[in-house]
Amino acid sequence: MTRVFISRDMASVALGADTVAEAFAKAGCEVVRTGSRGLFAIEPLVEVETDAGRIAYGPIGPGDVKAVLDGTHANRIGPIGEHPFFSGQQRFTFARCGVIDPLSMRGYAANGGWKGLDAAHALSPQEVVDAVKASGLRGRGGAGFPTGIKWQTVLDTPAHEKFIVCNADEGDSGTFADRMLMEGDPFHLIEGMAIAGHAVGARHGFIYIRSEYPFAVETMHEAIARAASRIEPFTLEVRVGAGAYVCGEETSLLDSIEGKRGEVRAKPPLPAIEGLWGKPTVINNVLSLSAVPFILAEGPQAYADVGFGRSRGTMPIQIAGNVKNGGLYEVGFGLTLGELVNQIGGGTASGRPVRAVQVGGPLGAYFPPSMFHLPFDYEAFAEAGGLIGHAGITVFDDTVDMAKMARFAMEFCAVESCGKCTPCRIGSTRGTELIDRIVAKAPRKADTVETLPQMRNAGTAARTHDEEIELLRDLCDTMKHGSLCALGGFTPYPVLSALDHFPEDFGSAHVHAAAAE
Amino acid sequence: MTENAGFQTVIDRHALPDQRGALLPLLHALQEEFGHIPQPAVPLIADALNLSRAEVHGVISFYPDFHTEPPARHVIKLCRAESCQARGGAAIEGELARHLGVAMGHARKDGQVALEPVYCLGLCAIGPNALIDGRPVARIDTAGVEAIAREVEA
Ligand SMILES: Cc1cc2nc3c(=O)[nH]c(=O)nc-3n(C[C@H](O)[C@H](O)[C@H](O)COP(=O)(O)O)c2cc1C
Ligand code: SF4
Ligand code: FES
Repeated sequence: MTRVFISRDMASVALGADTVAEAFAKAGCEVVRTGSRGLFAIEPLVEVETDAGRIAYGPIGPGDVKAVLDGTHANRIGPIGEHPFFSGQQRFTFARCGVIDPLSMRGYAANGGWKGLDAAHALSPQEVVDAVKASGLRGRGGAGFPTGIKWQTVLDTPAHEKFIVCNADEGDSGTFADRMLMEGDPFHLIEGMAIAGHAVGARHGFIYIRSEYPFAVETMHEAIARAASRIEPFTLEVRVGAGAYVCGEETSLLDSIEGKRGEVRAKPPLPAIEGLWGKPTVINNVLSLSAVPFILAEGPQAYADVGFGRSRGTMPIQIAGNVKNGGLYEVGFGLTLGELVNQIGGGTASGRPVRAVQVGGPLGAYFPPSMFHLPFDYEAFAEAGGLIGHAGITVFDDTVDMAKMARFAMEFCAVESCGKCTPCRIGSTRGTELIDRIVAKAPRKADTVETLPQMRNAGTAARTHDEEIELLRDLCDTMKHGSLCALGGFTPYPVLSALDHFPEDFGSAHVHAAAAE
Repeated sequence: MTENAGFQTVIDRHALPDQRGALLPLLHALQEEFGHIPQPAVPLIADALNLSRAEVHGVISFYPDFHTEPPARHVIKLCRAESCQARGGAAIEGELARHLGVAMGHARKDGQVALEPVYCLGLCAIGPNALIDGRPVARIDTAGVEAIAREVEA
């Protein structure tokens, strides 16, 4: 019986992988459902086991079974590792994704699984924390905070009870690495969390998954049940979000697990000292926790050897939006934005020129192609007025209206604001209105009160276009410095970058010097 | 079984002494079972978890997923986030709204279909994307809109 491998990842299923799998099963094949290899353009992807290894074909429809099985199908790719999208990758975290049955404990163990946990158990907690520090791993959830230092704080805080919380809220548009890993290699995340538990002295962990990821929720539930005895005495449970983007912010997430409204807490106290139910808590992104098994199994140096500047190790970069070869590309830091978008991503799907890319989700800056020389590195992006965030890159072609995107950023902030602080809650709505006026070329006129005779100092002339733009910058400044968390604080990134790099979309002249400032 | 007894069964399953932070899992379970969080369940929840009704209401109203009205027979959650916009999402949203005769964020008067916004489904290179009654659908074009409309009218 021929064995074929077909992904059960949510993206593959959305593209029809289930009907393809059924067709192969009907033809008498043994169908193994895996995670996704990570290149959407070749999904649904079918890999056929042969004496010469797995041979890939894609995209494949349910009517293609015969041509695939006799090897004549035109979409023959060959061994997947030789495909240009995969040959340049360094898969530390996603090594097994797309290769094994995600829920096979045997498959996991046979492909290097549990090596990190076993290595960790042979070490003292402090030695594990030291290894994570030595690897240079920084949080993959957005802020890039050194993971080892966070763990040290939790280890050093005495308490009867401590927690490991995995942030699987992945709300950023243009990101899907957390989802793919949970669906495609769930034991890997479980292993990372069990290592964290050993390192800081925590017995219990929570995985907070957004409700928009039903496949990941189901897979993690099942994987936790299967791995329970392997990670003892550590225990895990899944908690499901309820549609609030702000619950990805760590303190809001903790409140949500506690059963409250997901409002952001003021810091300090840090969650590492007073986190879930006031107990010391490690809260890390899926990818941060999933980087740890490699670090323990292969040694921190093997991880630190890869990377760029102070950004060590690999990053599962997600190339999304209007792009030809969208998908997941895990590689060491340091490739340029242009290489990622044009060489690896293959330019736009529409075939039109790239006009802008947004890096780091809805709170990330927009960059024009003139900045494609930027290396993918935390510091380089911060210097250029942006952020890497969760490493999602959203590509737009030249039909994009950047004033619309700036407005959307404000609108998104207004929709998702937790409401705790005024610059974010009110400022985002005022910002939306302001951009509407700017685009409509209908600047604000004096209102009834301002025109009262006793209001001697109030201006009575309508604002000019430039004054409205100035006001928008001023509002962004207030939001940036006056917001409690990065939702209100970083919404100015997409807005100001759109304004700086694409002023013509706001009805202003393009001044190159302004962009360089 | 009276309606309240039905709610109570679900509540008792989740309001266990060793279940910390039971409210969200409980609300999800109620919604799974009854399609929405019925108003009469609120005092029962408050009672079981030793919370005030206001606290329970505050949580229900904070999270977009929780509904206090019965859902439409079909629910379309269309992604409105940036990567789907980059692939023509706004135009598809307009077409869908027109075909279904319902505005974004609303349920149609006859209760047949609701069009809800969602901000990213994690399928960002194959948009515009949607969940049709929980089933993921990708690369929605004009033909896709028509197929969705046919499906939810049936
Ligand atoms: C509005 C907002 C949303 C966030 N969403 C996420 C998210 O979905 N996933 C995530 O890992 N971190 C998110 N973060 C960052 C977290 O607050 C936190 O920095 C992260 O979970 C820490 O883990 P790390 O050190 O492993 O990156 C968000 C932050 C803000 C302000
Ligand atoms: S910035 Fe916005 S989301 Fe963050 S705490 Fe303030 S109101 Fe809440
Ligand atoms: S932006 Fe639509 S699925 Fe991510």
